[in-house]
Amino acid sequence: MSGLLNLDRRTVARARSLAKKAGAPVVKLAKAHSTVSVERSVLRLAGLTGADIEGTPWVNHLVDQVRADVGLELGVALPVWHTMRREGITDLQLLAQKAVAGSVSFALPEGKDVDRAANAARKAVGRGMARIDRNRIQRDKLITKYPNPSTPWIYLIVATGDIDEDVPQAIAAAREGADVIAVIRSTGQSLLDFVPEGATHEGFAGTYATQENFRIMRAALDEVSIELGRYVRLTNYASGLCMPEIATLAGLERLDMMLNDSMYGILFRDINPIRTFVDQRFSRQIHARAGIIINTGEDNYLTTADAVEAAHTVTVSQLLNEYFAKEAGLENWQLGLGHAFEITPELPDSFRLELAHALLARELFPDAPLKWMPPTKHMTGDIFRGYLLDGFFNLVGAMTGQGILLVGMMTEAVVTPWISDRDLALQNVRYVMNAAGGLREDFRPAPDGLIVTRAHTVLDEAIDLLERIVDDTLLDAIGDGTFGLMKRPADKGRGLDGVVVKADGYVNPASELLEGQPA
Amino acid sequence: MSESKRIVRPYGDATGDGMVQVSFTLPLPHDKRAEGAALQLARKMGIDPALVVHAKPMGPNFTFFIVYGSVNHLVEVDKVQVVERDYPLLTPKEVDALIKVSLRRPLVVVGACIGTDAHTVGIDAILNIKGFAGEKGLEYYSQMQVVNLGAQVSVPHLVEAALEAKADAVLVSQVVTQRDSHLHNVREMTAAFREAFPANTRPLQVIGGPRFDEAMTDELGVDRIFGRGTTPADVASYLVSRLCPQVDTDEK
Repeated sequence: MSGLLNLDRRTVARARSLAKKAGAPVVKLAKAHSTVSVERSVLRLAGLTGADIEGTPWVNHLVDQVRADVGLELGVALPVWHTMRREGITDLQLLAQKAVAGSVSFALPEGKDVDRAANAARKAVGRGMARIDRNRIQRDKLITKYPNPSTPWIYLIVATGDIDEDVPQAIAAAREGADVIAVIRSTGQSLLDFVPEGATHEGFAGTYATQENFRIMRAALDEVSIELGRYVRLTNYASGLCMPEIATLAGLERLDMMLNDSMYGILFRDINPIRTFVDQRFSRQIHARAGIIINTGEDNYLTTADAVEAAHTVTVSQLLNEYFAKEAGLENWQLGLGHAFEITPELPDSFRLELAHALLARELFPDAPLKWMPPTKHMTGDIFRGYLLDGFFNLVGAMTGQGILLVGMMTEAVVTPWISDRDLALQNVRYVMNAAGGLREDFRPAPDGLIVTRAHTVLDEAIDLLERIVDDTLLDAIGDGTFGLMKRPADKGRGLDGVVVKADGYVNPASELLEGQPA
Repeated sequence: MSESKRIVRPYGDATGDGMVQVSFTLPLPHDKRAEGAALQLARKMGIDPALVVHAKPMGPNFTFFIVYGSVNHLVEVDKVQVVERDYPLLTPKEVDALIKVSLRRPLVVVGACIGTDAHTVGIDAILNIKGFAGEKGLEYYSQMQVVNLGAQVSVPHLVEAALEAKADAVLVSQVVTQRDSHLHNVREMTAAFREAFPANTRPLQVIGGPRFDEAMTDELGVDRIFGRGTTPADVASYLVSRLCPQVDTDEK
């Protein structure tokens, strides 16, 4: 810890232990449930791909059919592999087709058949997991050959809706200096309870996350990585109703970073809290195994709540995200905890307050990369003023050692970035890093100054809030509108019907592998 | 405004100088020809004389320009036409304040995509807190209670939900227009609401979608139609203009 803020170690430890206390009941809840998307992930790991002519994936058909016949309380693995053996079917897709046609119905195994089915499932799922493991090794090799860029990594967004347009844009962005390419998803994908199939060309303000789109983009970036002599990372979004499946596909196709927040879907997409926490835990376990860096979404709170008043909710969420991440097996280097430059520029000392908040995050999580998000709320369309704001945002990034810097566009809220917007934005980043990148070495906030005092206040407020959450329980706190001002009760929200309580004898070969041998 | 100002030109540092700045990118490698091309474009835009003050290559195939110059067009202020909306556009704060003062309870909005339409993009952009075009959706308004039923909601279910929630307004989004399904669905909806509610308690019926003609309100029996590019603030402002009895907003 660099210790510029002189944070009391006991206070920091107290904050962490409160986060654990608040999070532990949720983990217990997550362990006691499964969801349709977790079960579909098992089938995806076992190699089931494709969709019927209407675009409904076979994994959805199979899970729905199993649920209709025998329920999902014991997981999808036992009835599927038992029925395959009983019917003499060796191909999952054929089984799904037959199930849809009504020529196969599912039954639960009994006696020795239980182990037989479980073992067959383990073998099949193990192959998918091995592919994720190979991808991780392959990434490590590539990073040895084409080294990591210096920090902060420059993160640029591509969002055309058409994977064939995304590829040249991503290549251009990488050549212009992007270290991380994020392909924004189509509006509304988070609310789809299935993952679309194949290469797609018709997204709204973004491109659908599909396995084939992942593969196409990763292959393109592999080529450009060789050309540029540095490994260009690919990011997508493991969020929404299909979070576990998208995490799985990311592992299978060697994506490098995934947006993956413990509460975003609940708060901003009105997805049921229990569904989210169950899906979260599984997706994070996959990310841990795959060596994927997660990006959390605390920046979003500040787009709805006031960035000064709500600063401590960011800290609380970071601590919770850290707890849930560690519990799922992620390591510090994989925690791109989010925060943002969203204080109103009209407020006196806004820059000093931003510095205080960013430094607090840096010192609370010294070994995490941290994801630094640019201003959006106070980008008014005055592009000239916006360019200056982005410069100050970059300066805070430089002075507080942020690991991942999402490049701010002066045309935020005006247009999707033009080629010139991106070029100007990158010039802004380069100028600041070049001019002031080393400033961190000289920068010592006064011990009793505004920055240090403010950071201590935010941490104290965060602890107060965590204490209230512990008393109230996290689920109730979310229900009461503690985060981002949104009230999300545990028995409401989308996707609740896809949650099942696990029964004794539940088998999930993926979870066994993920929990049995931590990466 | 005085009579002499009825015709104006852009103002740089002297009245009538006509000075403007523009920036643009041409898909040309940066060389003398590209700069000449930028000047040609500026002249065609009416900027003459034009000065390329900055030209920068962006990769091998593009050049970015900043051009200054005097534009020879005149603005005739008298001929400026503005389409006024028939309600004032309010901020979320103003909307919330108006509801608080006028209704003294939250304004209840029930939203859905009806029929087989699964495209919730529109309704979510208006309702979800995430919002659209930098504006927060209606869920963000502290004085609005939003029930978003999501996609593929049947008309009877919508009516039931509106009754149960005591909806002040029903928002319905339709994207799919195959065989005019959007029009059929809306007519089915308005018929059902006429049957289920007496006129004085019937919620305001608002529909939206990219293919509706905003002038078809009477024909479809709805109160308002919103087209492409509608933002949450448009909808919120409209709702309070119709549902909140006028209070003196000048009062401070």
